[in-house]
This record gives sequence, C-alpha cells and structure tokens, in this order.
Amino acid sequence: MHTSLRDGLAAILVSLLILLVSTTPVFAGPLIKSWNTSNGAKVMFVEAPSIPMIDVRLVFDAGSARDNGKPGIASLTNTLLSDGAGEWNADQLAEHFEDVGAIFSTTSLRDMGIISLRTLTDKEVLDSSLATLSKVLSSPGFQEDAIERRKKQVNVALEKQKESPSSTASIAFYQQLYGDHPYAHDSLGSVESINAITRDDIVAWFKQYYVGRNAVIAIVGAVDRKQAEEIAERLMAEVPAGEKPQPIPEVKIPGKGVEKSIPFPSTQTHLLFGQPVMARLDEDFYALYVGNHMLGGSGLVSMLGEEIREKRGLAYSVSSHFIPMRGKGPYLFSAQTRNDQSEETLKVMKRSLRDFIKDGPTQKRLIASIRNITGGFPLRISSNSKIVEYLAMMGFYDYPLDHLNTFVEKVTAVTAEQIRDAFRRRVNPDHFMIIRVGNSEQARDAAVTGK
Amino acid sequence: MRKRGYPLLAVLFVMLMFAAPASAQKVHEFMLDNGMKLLVKEDHRAPIAVSQVWYKVGSSYEPEGITGISHVLEHMMFKGTKKHGPNQFSHIISENGGRENAFTGPDYTAYFQTISSARLNVAFELEADRMRNLLLDPKEFKKEVQVVIEERRMRTDDKPTSLTYEQFQAVAYRVLPYRHPIIGWRSDLENLAIEDLQQWYSRWYAPNNATLVVVGDVDPQKIKTMADATFGKIPRQPLRPVKPSVEPVQQGVIRLQVKTPARQPYLLMGYKIPTIATAEKEKEWEPYALEVLAAILDGGESARFSRQLVRGSRVAATAGLGYNMHARLSSMMIFEGIPGEGKEISDLEAAFLAEIEKLKSELVDASELKRIITQTVASKIYERDSVFYQAMQLGTLETVGLDWRMSDSEIEKLKAVTPQQIQSVAKRYFTHENMTVAMLDPQPMDEEQALKQQRAQQMGGASHAH
Repeated sequence: MHTSLRDGLAAILVSLLILLVSTTPVFAGPLIKSWNTSNGAKVMFVEAPSIPMIDVRLVFDAGSARDNGKPGIASLTNTLLSDGAGEWNADQLAEHFEDVGAIFSTTSLRDMGIISLRTLTDKEVLDSSLATLSKVLSSPGFQEDAIERRKKQVNVALEKQKESPSSTASIAFYQQLYGDHPYAHDSLGSVESINAITRDDIVAWFKQYYVGRNAVIAIVGAVDRKQAEEIAERLMAEVPAGEKPQPIPEVKIPGKGVEKSIPFPSTQTHLLFGQPVMARLDEDFYALYVGNHMLGGSGLVSMLGEEIREKRGLAYSVSSHFIPMRGKGPYLFSAQTRNDQSEETLKVMKRSLRDFIKDGPTQKRLIASIRNITGGFPLRISSNSKIVEYLAMMGFYDYPLDHLNTFVEKVTAVTAEQIRDAFRRRVNPDHFMIIRVGNSEQARDAAVTGK
Repeated sequence: MRKRGYPLLAVLFVMLMFAAPASAQKVHEFMLDNGMKLLVKEDHRAPIAVSQVWYKVGSSYEPEGITGISHVLEHMMFKGTKKHGPNQFSHIISENGGRENAFTGPDYTAYFQTISSARLNVAFELEADRMRNLLLDPKEFKKEVQVVIEERRMRTDDKPTSLTYEQFQAVAYRVLPYRHPIIGWRSDLENLAIEDLQQWYSRWYAPNNATLVVVGDVDPQKIKTMADATFGKIPRQPLRPVKPSVEPVQQGVIRLQVKTPARQPYLLMGYKIPTIATAEKEKEWEPYALEVLAAILDGGESARFSRQLVRGSRVAATAGLGYNMHARLSSMMIFEGIPGEGKEISDLEAAFLAEIEKLKSELVDASELKRIITQTVASKIYERDSVFYQAMQLGTLETVGLDWRMSDSEIEKLKAVTPQQIQSVAKRYFTHENMTVAMLDPQPMDEEQALKQQRAQQMGGASHAH
C-alpha cells in the first residue's frame, strides 16, 4: 500500500475532524429494543416519553415484488385495508380512527406493504385505536364494491401518470432496467392486470403475506417496554404466524447499455439513467454512499449540482442516488432541462461520473462530505416520525441493532481510495440504461444547429 | 421554494390544520434594538435546532412587470456576498452538518437552516451577512434566471393541473396581486434586470422587516445574545409600506377553460372568503366557521368528500379543499377534484354544488363537529414532533401581520363555532355571484398534435398576457 504525503495530511485532517465532532455532546442514537411476538413478528421499539403520542408502523414483505404475475395486487390489497374491517364498511372504519383523532394510512412499495398508525397515548384513545387496527389486521373487509371502486381509482391514477413526463420516465426506466424481474413493473400495475384481479385473489394474497413471520412492527412513543410488548401482542393476537416467503429472484445486472427516447409534449426533457448496483447491507455501502454524496447526493453542493446548475444554469434539479432494496436497487441519475439542452446536460453528467470513477474524490470533497453526513447525523433521528421509519427499515432488512450507533464511525472511516475502488468495481456507465422523455423535435433541432 | 416546492394548494391544506395546543409550549419573544423580532421555542428532544429568517415580502408585494422577483431574489441570496463567494453559503452550512433551503410564498420569503444547536452561530453569521451584503452579480443572475425558468417549466408549464391553477388564480382576482403566480409570468422573468433585484433587495431586506424564529435544543437568552451580536449589528432602515389592495366585489360567476395536452380532466371551483386578517370586526368568527366547514367536507377519510363523493356516488376519483386562513389580503375556498372513471367534469361540479346546498339547508351534526375538534386537538399534539413545523407556524403568523400568540387562542375559537355559524358562512359566501370555475379540458398528447399547439403558442408570444 502506498501513502502519499497528501493522503497523510488528509488522515490528520480527518482525525481532527473526529475530535471536533466529539467535542459536541455525544448523541449516539436511540436505544433500540427488539423482540419477537408469539406469532413470529419482529418488534423494534424506542421509548420517546416527551410527547403523549405513539407511532406504530407495520411492514410486511408484501410489496409489488410479490405480485407474482398479477401486477398491482400488492398495492390494491394494501389500499383496500382502509376500506372496511369486520362488519364495518369504509365509512365506519374511518370514523373509528378519526373519532379519537388517530391517523391511519397505508403505503405500498416494491419491497414493502406498510400500515401506519399515529395516535395519542391517553388510555381510552390508545385502547380504541389499537382495537380498530387489530381488526384491520385480522379481518379486513375486501368488500366487492370497495374492490370495484379501488380498481377504477387505479385506472384514473394510471392515466394521471401518463400525463406526467417524470412518471413516464420513471416507469420506463424500471421496465428497461429490470426486464422480467418483479422490480420491473410499477406498483400500481396496469389496467389489464388490475381488472383481471378477483376478490378471491386478494383474499388469498393477503392470507399468504400479511402474517406474523412476515411482519415487522416498529413502535416509537410514550409507552414503556412492557406496554410496547402488550401493544405488539395485541395487534398480532388474531394474525396467523404463516410463513416467511421465499426470497425474491436475484437481480441480473444488464451487460450492455440501452438508450430509449419517449416523445412527449413537454417543454423539458426528463433524463433518467443508471443501473442496478446495491442491495441493502451491501459491503460497499459506506464507500458508495459517501462517494455519491459528493457526486450527486448533496443537492447544490454536489459535483453535479455545481456542474449543471451553478456553473451552467441548465437545470433546476439534478441528482444521483443509490436506492438500495432487498434485491439490487438502482443507481439513479436524474435531471430535467429545456428540450434543446438535453444533449448537453446528459453529456456533462456522464462526464462528471466518468471523471469521478477515474480520479476518485479529492480529499477536500471527502472531508466536506464526511462532515456533512456525520455532523448532520442527529437530524436524521430528531423526531418520532423519522425514528419509526428507521426502525421499520432496519427491522425489515435485518440490520444489526447498533446500525445507527456505528453509522458515524463507519462514515468517518471511509477513504478516498475505498470510494475510487468501489466505484470502479461497481459502477459501469457503459452498461447504463438511459431514458429521455421529452419533445424530440426541439432536441433534434438543437443537435443539428449545434446549440 | 428553491429546491423543493413553494406553497400551492398543498400548503393551503396544511394550513387548515393550524390550531392551538391544549397545553401550549412557551415561546420567548424578544425585540432587537434595530426592530428585528426574535421568537424562540425550546424543544430539547434532540441536540438540534431550526433557524428561520422570515421577510415580510413575497409575490403579493410585486407590481406588474416584475412578477416573480421575490422568488428570483430568494435564489440570488445563495449567490454570494462581499465576504463569501457564490454558493459558499450552502457549502459552509453543509460542512457544519446542516441542511438549508428557502421558500417564497405570496406573503413571505423565508430562509432556514436545520443544524446541530452547537453550530447555530454559523447559520446566524451567514444569514446576517446576506441580509445586507448581497453581491447580486450580473453574470450569476443571468444563469440563475434560467434556472428559475427551468423550475417554472417543471412546476407549471409541463404540469396540466398546475397550469390550470395558475390560470384560475389569474382570472379569479381582478386587482389583488394573488392573481400573479409566485414564480412569476414567463415574460416578466425574461425581462427582469439586475437593477430590479437590487432595488427589491434594498427595499425589503432590513432587520425591521424580518422575524427570526428558532425552535430546538437552545437556551433563549443565549440565542438573544447571539442574535444581538449578528443580526443586531445591522442598522434599521425606513420602510415604505406596500400600497393597499382591495378586490372589487365579484358580480357574477367567472368560468374558464384550460386546453392543454393531458389525460385527465380537472376541476377547480373557488369562492372568495375573508381570512383572520381581513374578517369584519363584528364577524371575527367567520374564518373559524369556514375552517370548521372545510374540515366537515375534507377533514379526513370520514369527512363528507371521501364518504359521499369518492366512496358513495364515486363521482370523484379525488376531491379536496384548500383555504388559507392566514393570508394577508384575501383567500378563496377552493374545491378541486378529478372526476371518477366514467363521470364527467360537470357531474363533479354538480356534486360539489350539492354538498354546498346541503350545508346551506341543513345544520351540521353534533357528532361531526365533535370529531373535528378531537382531530384538531390531537393534531396540535402531533405537530410537536416537528421542530420545523412549529417554527413555520410562528413565522407565518408573525409575517402576515397576525400575532403569533394567536396559535394559542385558535382552538378555543374553533370550539366555539356553532352549526348555525357554519350555515351562515355557507349561505353568505358560497353563492353563484362569488364563484370562479376552471376546467382542464385535456387535449391529445401525441407528439404531432402537441407540437402544433406549441408552435401556435410561440407565435402568439406572451400567452399569459392579461
């Protein structure tokens, strides 16, 4: 291993930085407690006594990656959980939550089916909210008329996506990137696939995936450990243990790049490009994360922000992000610019990335990024809503419980050489999928006149 | 807002939830010698704080010809002072582990940093520096105005519903500056000059036209000392108030159509209503009655819109309501929605009108009222989870000319609203004469058609002239 004088100096600077960081009060992260309910759900809990409220977030391995040939079933099932439980229809269910001021919501992603509850911890209110949520989990209605209505709403939402250049680009990007992998299709599904789903399909699908062994329950709020245990047991009381599903198929990284232009009547061209790179708990995570922070993950102070917006005024928003998922998630670059500037913007972004892969970061940038990430660490966990999201994520992807406590240390240890090495091994711009959505005539005119 | 979003309807919905706490957290108020107000609220849950500087200027202060100037100036505030080069503000905050941004609304321009409390002094120094020492370099300006035009394309020009909202506001008001978009008309942006910005900056960016709000893990007295040492050094300057603006009474329904490539029709229906700032003295309860009314229609999944329009008749795929009770000059209660599958936009309009008719002819149920108060009381507790939101509330009230203490009394006023008062405001304001309706009429999206239309628009020049 060779160490230049410059690297040596940087090492000293970095250790000074650690000293600087540690002179401010130690804020190691929340104390997380974890256990399993009797039906096998994993509980993640942080006590937050300051405000008389509680956040409960249930996450099931029941995202659209589990659609199993029925695109849209995960999302449809998830939204239907708001539409009745037991003998209650949607109106009555909503009243049961809202009469006590509780907020109930559901979300569906590629990996996750999520159910969230926020409620006051006043005994009567909490009791009532939990009873209602238990009912949703144990006996969702899935009434025929609600299913029909939701299907129509999905159709409207699908139409809505088609008038948005950014949604159009995103859908095309994932399709192109993931081919026949279940990450390829949009969570909403398609008109045809949604209309083909029956009530029996939904009931069977729910029974398979919304089960104890497939659940994580994150709890943050003004309750103690014993109360949290009771809450988790109560929510799972009538939920069968079931089985954890088989792992989703391995993501294949495409061996060659593809460029695709989609004509769109917009004044801007939306550029989206990248490749699948990182799954959760990847061993290169810290090097890639810190590297991308300076390349395109830190807004206006990132290299892309400087090149595209600050120096050239080409776009309002430009960024790059790793989106780690259960399987390899995309490394995603995006920008929007006037149609006739799209070629130039793409060129500058690609050049910035290639230079970064070739040269790696400067020490100055590395230190600035580490300072931002470590100095800003308390901001990530400064509210109950942020903590509950972290807990759910950590529980779902099986992070070690000390993940947040070691985060700062691991970020601080990242070196320029590690970043260069990780980017060289893991990121290959020649194999990128490139999607452009915009007015191709204006873009062509610019290419001809060399604007 | 510079990176994410300036408030449109979304913020109106958030504002609906503004109300007062059951047990108010203490706010410390200070006045610096130069007339800058300082509000500090302690929240010691995490070693962080949010700092926001609010200026009493926004798009509703802008005369014809320079619309969008407050927002462009907000962008230029990151482009360097005599002391710090372009974008250095962001770099310094970032290296100190902070997050920062800014946002512009009709009635305010605000800048914020969220940062470790121990580094708050860095934010104060930088923010005080750019209150007086902005460079406004012509070369930076030339690039940045292009960035703003790109922002406009992304937020408005290429978004059919935003385009419809912009046109709706433009025809609903004849006089009030709320008829101009926050981001500005395209032709005004193209003709903006650096001299315009210099004048705007020196006119409005003064300590006695600003409020500093700090919420987080801080000691109020120490914050006062820090503010004195930074902001406190900037001299007060004479302020020339903005001219008053009064909207003439609307004399009949206003209808407009927006034809643009899209896939879904979209309806906006608005009624001009008073705000807390503009309510008649003997009718101070009216804005509160309107707020409760809004919650009855759209305050959750159990409210009437979800129940009747989305789930019941399914005339709406989505239905919502917006109203800003804290606007400086006026507000509209805006009904907005997308028709359900197989329904026409006229069906949705008729359904909204039927809901209004019901409010006029039947008193609301006691159980509905009770639920709304319960939800409001709970939301006041939930919002203590966000230091940013708490600071937003204080800053907004103070900047639009209302007293920040009002956030403590609002809940009592909401609780006092009677079914008769709700009926009364419905009858008084939701009239045919006071209505503005915009319909998005989707045009084909295939490229050939769209190109033709774009060419026609370009030949027509400034398409937003009014």
